[in-house]
Amino acid sequence: MTAELAVFITMGAAAAVTASAVVLSKNTVHAVIYLVMNLFSIAVLYLALSAQMVAFLQIIIYAGAIMVLFLFTVMMLNMTGAVEAAEDRLLKQKPLAAALGLMLIAEVVMGTVGLFSKPSGSMAIEDGFGSAGEVGSRLFFGYMLPFEVTSILLLAAIVGSVVLARKKDEE
Amino acid sequence: MPISELVIFIIVKAALAVVIFALWMTMVPVMIWVERKVIADIQARLGPNRVGPFGIIQPIADAVKLIFKEDILPKSADKIVYALAPAMLMVPAVLAISVIPIGGTVTIGSRSFALQILGAYKSPGLTVPELDAGILLVIAFSSLGVYGVALSGWASGSKYSLLGGMRSSAQMLSYELPLGVSLLGPIVLAGSLKLTNITNAQKDMGIWFVLPQLTAFVVFFISGLSETNRAPFDLPEAEQELIGGYHTEYSGFRFAMFFMAEYLSMVTISALAVTFFLGGWRMPFIDIVWLGPVWFAAKVMAMLYIFVWVRGTLPRVRYDQLMRIGWKAMLPIAAINVIFTAAIVTWMPNAGAAYLSAAGVGFAVLTFAFVSMVLKRNIGRSVDERLKRVLGRGQEAFR
Repeated sequence: MTAELAVFITMGAAAAVTASAVVLSKNTVHAVIYLVMNLFSIAVLYLALSAQMVAFLQIIIYAGAIMVLFLFTVMMLNMTGAVEAAEDRLLKQKPLAAALGLMLIAEVVMGTVGLFSKPSGSMAIEDGFGSAGEVGSRLFFGYMLPFEVTSILLLAAIVGSVVLARKKDEE
Repeated sequence: MPISELVIFIIVKAALAVVIFALWMTMVPVMIWVERKVIADIQARLGPNRVGPFGIIQPIADAVKLIFKEDILPKSADKIVYALAPAMLMVPAVLAISVIPIGGTVTIGSRSFALQILGAYKSPGLTVPELDAGILLVIAFSSLGVYGVALSGWASGSKYSLLGGMRSSAQMLSYELPLGVSLLGPIVLAGSLKLTNITNAQKDMGIWFVLPQLTAFVVFFISGLSETNRAPFDLPEAEQELIGGYHTEYSGFRFAMFFMAEYLSMVTISALAVTFFLGGWRMPFIDIVWLGPVWFAAKVMAMLYIFVWVRGTLPRVRYDQLMRIGWKAMLPIAAINVIFTAAIVTWMPNAGAAYLSAAGVGFAVLTFAFVSMVLKRNIGRSVDERLKRVLGRGQEAFR
């Protein structure tokens, strides 16, 4: 067993366990902690795939910034007892969730089977793959337009949230 | 690759990690003593002077006291999260050390390694490069430290702790951005995310980045104060309002861990400031490998002294002022500095050290003069409005 496989198995298992714990835990703050652990283990998987830059960005943006806001909101709302109340309201979603879940499982199985049967091409990675410089030059030369469109979208979202959150009594 | 080479590699890296970690941990009691003495001096007191000469063994006495204190678990606490929260603060603070270069490359026989835990290593059969995006690792781990503070506040099950935790997570979140963006200036000047390259670029250009990047340095220092919850940004533990903030309910060694984490990240922020702005371990004129760490430590101590000095001098800012400074002053200044630096690097790639410094200092003076003018006006106005509103409400209540 190679070191890569060992990392994949431990971190994959950690990701699966924490992901199910997010759904199953009744305490919302615990769910947030599990989600952070899940995002962290996925970052380690990226690192094992030699995508350094993506791994660090995963930790900084998802685990570090977005989840802190989640935690903040959950702590402020104080959701004790909210889980039981929500169960009745979510009844209609259950069949749809089951159908979508089955579809996802089918896709994963098909994808895995296809991976084993098809003879894959060269698995070697280019020099400098996943480094900050490589990701940056791809982003700013190859994918300039999607990058700019995404930033405009995010800017619009920021402006929109500021407009919505502004106090009414101020002119 | 022969297995023995791998074993030697692991031994070298482990030894390096242990030595650098020990150096960082040694700084904690030293800093506690220095801080108490310097603050006492600023306030015209004596400070600790009972245990050992000049009270120098006081931190050890404090540590022993804290270890033997009872570990109290509040009834309303979330037990597991309460127990883990100090570690969630401590572990990221420790891991951020791993990319900071404290010295140059040491060569022993056919092997050479950098004095940096995740640094370069070279031996006949094995070459490991330095971590590519070193500074991103520091930022990633410093962003994870927020959880320790927020969760310790929540898990204590106490209102004061929760308020302290909330304040602190909002504060750390707000100041992470200017902290990261201010480091972009030196990164653009050096053209690399590796910390050794940034140190070497300052040697090659013949100038510490503190002058060409004065704006970034000031923003970095202020954000660093806020990020480590140091005065004048120590609102999360404001004694007058919150008793002790997020660690109100903690006692014994868990309480000590909060302090250790605070001092560790203070040392890390100082080490980052030295690496990015003050030339790192590279010495002027001479190039002796073993003196590098000493020179580095001297600069870090100087930075730490400024941390203590600021604490002894400035009053605590109010919460709305903190947020206003963070979002309306620090972040725009840091962003404008990146644009300014990028413009200089693009249009004047051959500018000399003297020209760069003059431009950097001039830019800093103009920016801060402008921002302080705007801020002063705005803060004054908001206080007046608030007073008027509060007083008006009071009058209505009396009618």
